[in-house]
Amino acid sequence: MATEVKTKNKIHPQKMYLYVGLGSIVMMFAGLTSAYIVKKSQSNWLDFELPKVFFIATVVILLSSFTMQMAVKKAKEGLQNPYRGFLTVTAILGVAFMTLQYQGFMALQANNIALTGARSNSAASFLFVITFLHLLHVLGGVIALFGVRFKSLSAKNNTENTLPVELVSTYWHFVDILWIYLFVFLQWIG
Amino acid sequence: MSHEAALHNHEGHESHGHDDHGHHEHHDTFLTKYVFSQDHKMIAKQFLITGMVWAVLGGLMSVLFRLQLGYPDASFPWLESILGKWAKGGQITPEAYYALVTTHGTVLVFFVLTAGLSGTFANFLIPLQVGARDMASPFMNMLSYWFFFTASIIMLSSLFVETGPFSGGWTAYPPLSALHDASPGSKTGMDLWIISMALFVVSSLLGGLNYIATILNMRTKGMSMTRLPLTIWALFFTAVLGVLSFPVLLSGLILLIFDRNFGTSFYLSDIYVNGVGALSNEGGSAILFQHLFWFLGHPEVYIILLPAMGMVSEIMSVNSRKPIFGYMAMLGSLFAIAILAFLVWAHHMFVTGLNPFLGSVFVLLTLLIAVPSAIKVFNWLTTLWRGNIRFTPGMLFAIGFVSLFISGGLTGIWLGNAALDIYLHDSYFVVAHFHIVMGVASMFGMFAGVYHWFPKMYGRYLNNSLGYIHFWITLAGAYLIFWPMHYQGLAGMPRRYFDFSIWESFKQFADLNRFISTVAMIVFAVQILFLINFFYSIFKGRKVTVLNPWESNTLEWTTPINPGHGNWPGEIPEVHRWPYDYGKDGHDFIPQTTPVGEDETETH
Ligand code: HEM
Ligand SMILES: [Cu+2]
Repeated sequence: MATEVKTKNKIHPQKMYLYVGLGSIVMMFAGLTSAYIVKKSQSNWLDFELPKVFFIATVVILLSSFTMQMAVKKAKEGLQNPYRGFLTVTAILGVAFMTLQYQGFMALQANNIALTGARSNSAASFLFVITFLHLLHVLGGVIALFGVRFKSLSAKNNTENTLPVELVSTYWHFVDILWIYLFVFLQWIG
Repeated sequence: MSHEAALHNHEGHESHGHDDHGHHEHHDTFLTKYVFSQDHKMIAKQFLITGMVWAVLGGLMSVLFRLQLGYPDASFPWLESILGKWAKGGQITPEAYYALVTTHGTVLVFFVLTAGLSGTFANFLIPLQVGARDMASPFMNMLSYWFFFTASIIMLSSLFVETGPFSGGWTAYPPLSALHDASPGSKTGMDLWIISMALFVVSSLLGGLNYIATILNMRTKGMSMTRLPLTIWALFFTAVLGVLSFPVLLSGLILLIFDRNFGTSFYLSDIYVNGVGALSNEGGSAILFQHLFWFLGHPEVYIILLPAMGMVSEIMSVNSRKPIFGYMAMLGSLFAIAILAFLVWAHHMFVTGLNPFLGSVFVLLTLLIAVPSAIKVFNWLTTLWRGNIRFTPGMLFAIGFVSLFISGGLTGIWLGNAALDIYLHDSYFVVAHFHIVMGVASMFGMFAGVYHWFPKMYGRYLNNSLGYIHFWITLAGAYLIFWPMHYQGLAGMPRRYFDFSIWESFKQFADLNRFISTVAMIVFAVQILFLINFFYSIFKGRKVTVLNPWESNTLEWTTPINPGHGNWPGEIPEVHRWPYDYGKDGHDFIPQTTPVGEDETETH
């Protein structure tokens, strides 16, 4: 049952759906970082150092892109067990990333930099809102990873159809790159 | 054998165009067919009917506040019986007035003219006109409707809370939107407003992504991009605008949520607010919200307008029995409008203390919109020129659209000049401008679409005579309501005032305001007539007996009269030409599915 779409040799519609969706996520963060720049140019802006854990988190998420890619590779080769293994490792790295981000927030507050509340400066609030929204996107990715992971266990849904894992991996690399952008922005530009 | 049964017979061995879309609709229950349907045509009808409910509610709200503006001294005891404490003694309270104006604006802009318009026609027409069995992701499409539905319920519930719905204007500027204590509507009403709008944004995104993916990737054989009907192109740019601008509104709303609930200072600073006192916030900027809002807000007005433009182009060509004049120019101007839509948002902010040099850049970019707009108008008029015009109700509404677009576009050029706008801003001139060019014009586009595609949606016709009454009264009414508002605005009458009779300078308008209010009620009543026509005709209208009642070229008319899920019983037809071969080589019309003949003149 060859589908009309595949015979036309185009991008799969659901991939297209995802790509455009990523575009809209980009716009959301572009909105936030533009607001950040506008706000920074006005009075009352607090300058502070990013906590070191954010660097570690960056390394972790980079690593997870690598394991993600390995998972796709194994899926395409039809190697079930390594495939699932890499998926799990990627998800774990994702959770580790989120935990490290959380520690970053804690470290800031320990330094007496309020993220929200009456004492907060919008410099810290921006950092918090932006990273927190990114964290939610990572969480979405982790959930998707588990989804694919468990779907792959059911017999009829094995490696034949690599579309779901390809979609997840595209998304995963995207949130990784997005973080790199945000990190560079917060650390050096903003 | 009914067409649907025929369709289902085929499904066993027909591919669907995409794989996650199994054959589960063999045993449709009421729930899967009418409620949790994944068929784009049913989802379109869900959007349409929900949009209609909102149009009635939103319209009713405008009747109520026009009552206040037209009869500021009168009291209507029946008002108290429907609005209760919001109309003590039969007179609308100021709080209720602002709540009504705000909800009217929000609902008409987002729920009626965005969800009701794009949601209906993008869903209905995209798969049918590009030749696809359904959307790229029918499931996400269904979710898109249910997010909209939930947003609707939440917005509706805000009408019933103790402190009333949000009342700070559809633009939701802080501090009214950011401070719980700034006004009654800023309390629970605003919380519900934000939640509702956030869900609405998700709905628009889920829908928009589908529209784009379907148009780009699921066209049938032979349907190159330049053979797409202009409806599809317009819906495509609409979706692109939505997908790129709604997320920015979401960002703005998220920051607003933090300011409201978590004590941050994005928009709030140490201002003094009446009834609240001095705020403890520091350094926030309310203007920041305006930037984020209008970065969506301006594209949003084109999200509302473009689908109407697309449908008008298509309907006009069909009913003039002539090719659309300047297809590529139409496309180019859609593209230019879409690009410019992102570059002009600050024309809503000329009086915010914007740097005048920066302002002048926005003036220039804003006035540039007149160029593609004029091209489109020119092309519509030349399409009509010497056409063999069939004045169906759909066609009349399409022509009415052009008239309104010209009238409202011209006043846009006034407002686009910062020097004039500083005087006209926040006056009735602006109200007149945007109601004519966006509100009424897009409504006309929507009506044109409903009259034209009703036979495809329901297999029956709308009643024509009622259609003509509907058209003429609405057209005359729209001009009678909004034309005088230009003069009021020029005379300095500000928008969003509750009672003009207490202002010496505006007393002269008492009669005029009463006149406008009276016409508004008549026009509202005529819309009820349309609704009666609509619902009556769904069940009792004259039946469609031919596949292609308008003798149109596009693909939707090659499907069975009542197409099932999957649209075409057999294979999806192949396309051999553009959709505008009307009056060509002695043929009145040549459908897109007709192969190019040997001795045919130039084809597209
Ligand atoms: C030549 C084209 C146009 C120009 C130059 C133009 C310019 C402007 C300007 C400068 C304003 C701000 C007025 C003020 O608040 O002081 C404005 C308001 C507005 N315009 Fe236009 N406009 C044009 C066409 C349109 C179209 C096609 C639409 C919608 C389909 C539209 C919808 C609106 C709306 C909704 C507002 C008011 C929003 C509000 O303050 O509540 N305009 N226009
Ligand atoms: Cu604008």
